[in-house]
Parts: sequence; structure tokens; C-alpha cells
Amino acid sequence: MTAIVDVQNMGKVYDGGFTALKDVSLQIKEGEIIALLGPNGAGKTTLISALCGIVTPSSGRATVGGHDVVSGYRKARAMIGLVPQEIALEPFEKVINTVRFSRGLFGKTRNDALIEKILRQLSLWDKRNARIRELSGGMKRRVLIAKALCHEPRVLFLDEPTAGVDVELRRDMWQIVEELRKSGVTIILTTHYIEEAEAIADRIAVINKGQILLVEPKADLMARMGSKTLRIDLNEALDGVPPALADYALVLGEGGRSLSYTYDATGERTGITRLLSALAAEGLALRDIQTTQSSLEEIFVGLIKEGAA
Amino acid sequence: MNLPAIWAIYLYEMKRFFRTLMESLLSPVISTSLYFVVFGAAIGSRIDEVEGVSYGAFIVPGLIMLSVMTQAISNASFGIYFPKFIGTIFELLSAPVNFLEIVLGYVGAAATKSLLIGIVILITAGFFVDIQIMHPWAMIAFLLLTCISFSLFGFIIGIWAENFQQLQLIPLLVITPLVFLGGAFYSISMLPESWQSVALFNPVVYLVSGFRWSFFGVADVGVGWSLLAIAAFTGICMGVVWWIFKTGYRIKS
Repeated sequence: MTAIVDVQNMGKVYDGGFTALKDVSLQIKEGEIIALLGPNGAGKTTLISALCGIVTPSSGRATVGGHDVVSGYRKARAMIGLVPQEIALEPFEKVINTVRFSRGLFGKTRNDALIEKILRQLSLWDKRNARIRELSGGMKRRVLIAKALCHEPRVLFLDEPTAGVDVELRRDMWQIVEELRKSGVTIILTTHYIEEAEAIADRIAVINKGQILLVEPKADLMARMGSKTLRIDLNEALDGVPPALADYALVLGEGGRSLSYTYDATGERTGITRLLSALAAEGLALRDIQTTQSSLEEIFVGLIKEGAA
Repeated sequence: MNLPAIWAIYLYEMKRFFRTLMESLLSPVISTSLYFVVFGAAIGSRIDEVEGVSYGAFIVPGLIMLSVMTQAISNASFGIYFPKFIGTIFELLSAPVNFLEIVLGYVGAAATKSLLIGIVILITAGFFVDIQIMHPWAMIAFLLLTCISFSLFGFIIGIWAENFQQLQLIPLLVITPLVFLGGAFYSISMLPESWQSVALFNPVVYLVSGFRWSFFGVADVGVGWSLLAIAAFTGICMGVVWWIFKTGYRIKS
């Protein structure tokens, strides 16, 4: 599949000398949801801003739908919808007017039917004549999404769309993103909420200090890097890990009633069979066993630490 | 050319004007009426005529210029400063519009607003004094050029300003004194000779003089010089705006 967004060796050094992006290359496939994951100041917003025309890249190039974002900016930007991180809306304007304004700005003629559809989809139709200042924070975020969608973009950038919003709205937002994907919109999402990326992204790109550390399908990343933990609950409490089990690097749980064993789920031998036999040989009675997979968060923290080392 | 975008910006700005219609129009009408009461009636009653024109009528072109210039600057500067202040400028920068289209939208709206205010003041003045317009086309041309050039100037101030104080700084410290010293309420020939020479360095003298000529056929400086001055001012403003967008000065990093 061809890349709808193609970033080649992009760099950005701000006037003050701060390097926000270093040699970033990234290809985003049409119709996918990619999460740009990184800590604050990693370069996520700068990358999006450079693609959308808000900052000028210092080096490299990028295309959206085959159009260069600098020399062919009209065609490139016409394909892009941007939902910024900050809630930036004119407080005294009505919801419907601000959405119509955005559509006009993108060179599109008035289309009330489409705007009604988008506002209904975002549960904003009842608020269409409300002034922005009368809306809650969550509603304002929805208005930003409506403004970004009203010119029918093929690529949507969501820059921290759920920063500072409550759990319920966050889940609503994920629902909206899922519906957009179904309609064929490519979504680039920046977030530092790992669970967000884990819940909705197809691929994960990890960025730190202006550099892309990796880009991988979420499932592959979790399978490749994810270790699993086997937790064994015991019938009777132990004072310590028996010496015969020392090779398994077991961790004794609080109260001595459980043992945890970490293993590589993708390895040929996990060691589980041998461990269970050893436990039986030690005469330990098991009450329950369960496995948990490491979350994307743990993977992410590990990557960032690795990058810093 | 992205015409829908120009129209969208223009309409959005005009809506703000109409949203605050009373404030937008009432304030210039009240201040113009006050000028007429103070300068026209109180002081004007002691001045017979200036260059063959009753003093009350003589100050009309200057009063219109004073309001048009200050309103053009304040509308255009606020128009572009506000999106910078609240952060909505991102939308302009990420839209498929070029800088000329942005300027046409904002400056066009500010120029329209100041033109409307100029017309309202002219009508208001009609209630106080008899007004004759000897060269109506020239009057319209001077008024339009002033609206456009000072809206461009206001746009530059709006881009340059980093806070609301700076937004007010140039209109208060530069424009108002220049207009007051620019012959809005008197003829330059009424000044001592040495001050007449100094006054010729004030660009507003040329605008007020040309505008007054279109009303009464009397001018402090030749009409050609007035046209040249306003054309030069417009040209300089356009050059600065072009540079701003080329370099992204204070709007794009």
C-alpha cells in the first residue's frame, strides 16, 4: 500500500537553537491509525506542525497524498484536518459559524447537510447555536474535531485529543476515531497516554528527543517486546524462595503467598513446565495460576530508558 | 486564488463588527458630535471662515480622516492580533491559503468597517453643518485609499504586537498626534512659517489636505502630492506585509 504521508529526513531547529526534530523519516499508510508516542517535548507536535504548515522544516521533505507540504502546500493542506493540542476557539462565536468558517477557509463552498451530519456525529447538533464560551471543555474538543472534519480531509492529525478530558469523554473520542477510520480517514494521533495508543492504534511510532525510535504494528511490538509474567498463588505462605528454585528468578509476593515468574512468551522454551515440576518436587501446593502480558506502557518506558542510555 | 477562503475570513470579521454594531458605530458618532459641539459650535463660533469655508464645515474632512484612520488601524490590528492571542492562528497557517488571501480577507474587512464608519460620520456631520462635495470621485478615492492603507498599517501592528498594550501603543503615540498636528482642525497656513515647514514632514497633512480638497477645492498642498503620499504609504505597507509573510515574522517559526 502506498504511503499517504511520507516524511523523509525531516529536521527542525528553532531560532533559539533548540533541535526539535532530527532526521525523522516516517511513512503512514492510507486508512491506518498510527499513534505517535513520546514524552512531553519529544517532538510530536513539531512534527505535526511541520506537516500542516504551522512551522517550517529546517531540512528534509514531506508529502501528503503525493503533494510536497512546502511547494505543493495548497493540495497537501487541503487533504489535512488538524485537531490541535490546545483548545483554540473564538469564545464569542457560535458553534455552527466557526465550523462553517473552517470549511470556507479550506476553499469549500457551504454545505449545510454535511455540517449537520458532522455535528450530529459529534453530539454537537443541539449546541449548534451556542457560543463557544458556553460549552464545556469536552464539547470544545468536539468543536475542534468538527472544524477539522468539515472540509472532508483524508488525513486527520489529532494532537493529544484527550489531554485533560475525563475517562468517559476519552472513550467517546476513541469511538469517534474508530468511526472515522471506517470512513477511510487516515489518523495520526499523538499521545502520551499509552492506553490510548494501545486501545486504538494499528501502528505505534515512538519518538523521543526529536528522533523516531521505532515504528511497528502494535501487535508485533507487544509480541516482540512483551514479556509475560506467570503468577502462582500458594496454599501456604513461604518465608523465602526455596533454594532449589533459585534458577527461576522468582519474586515472592507480599505475605509470601505468591510467586511471580517472568518469561519471554515468544521464546522456544518458556521454562513453565520445568518450573511447575520443580514446584511439585518442593511439595508446594498451588491454589491458582495466572499470566499477564506487559503493557505498552512498560515497553515504552523501557524504550525511552534505552534511548537515554 | 482561494476565493471562498478570502470570503470566509472577510465574512467572519464583518460578523464581529455587526455583533457589536452599537459599540462599533455609536462611539464614532458620539465622539464626532462632541467634536462638532466643541470645535464647531463653541470655538467655531469665534472663527468666521477658513479659506472661504465656514469653520464647522472645514473640520468635517479632518474629522472623518481622524476616525477612519484610527478605526482602520484598530480594526485591522485587532482582527489579526486576536487569533494570535487566543491561538486560532493555527487554522489560518494550516489552511490551503496564501498570504495574499489572508491579507485580502482581514484588510478588506477592516477597510470596509472603517469606510462604513467614515460614511456614518459624514452623515452625522450633515446634521450639524451644510456639506458640499466638490469632487465626489476624488473624495471616494481618497477615502478608500486611506481605509485600505491604514488597514494594512493596522495589520502590520497586529502582527508585530505581542500584547494588548503594544496594540494600543502606535495608534495612541503616533497616529493621534500626527492627525491632530496634520491639519484636521486647521489649515497649515494658519501655523507660523517655520512650523509650516515642519508640518510638511507629517504624512497625514497630505491625506487631510487632499481629502479636504475633494470637498471644498482648497488644499494645503497640491493634490498630486497628496495622491503620491498616500500611494507611497500604501506601497510601503504592502512591502512590509509581503516581508512579514515571506519571513513568517512573529507568526510562524
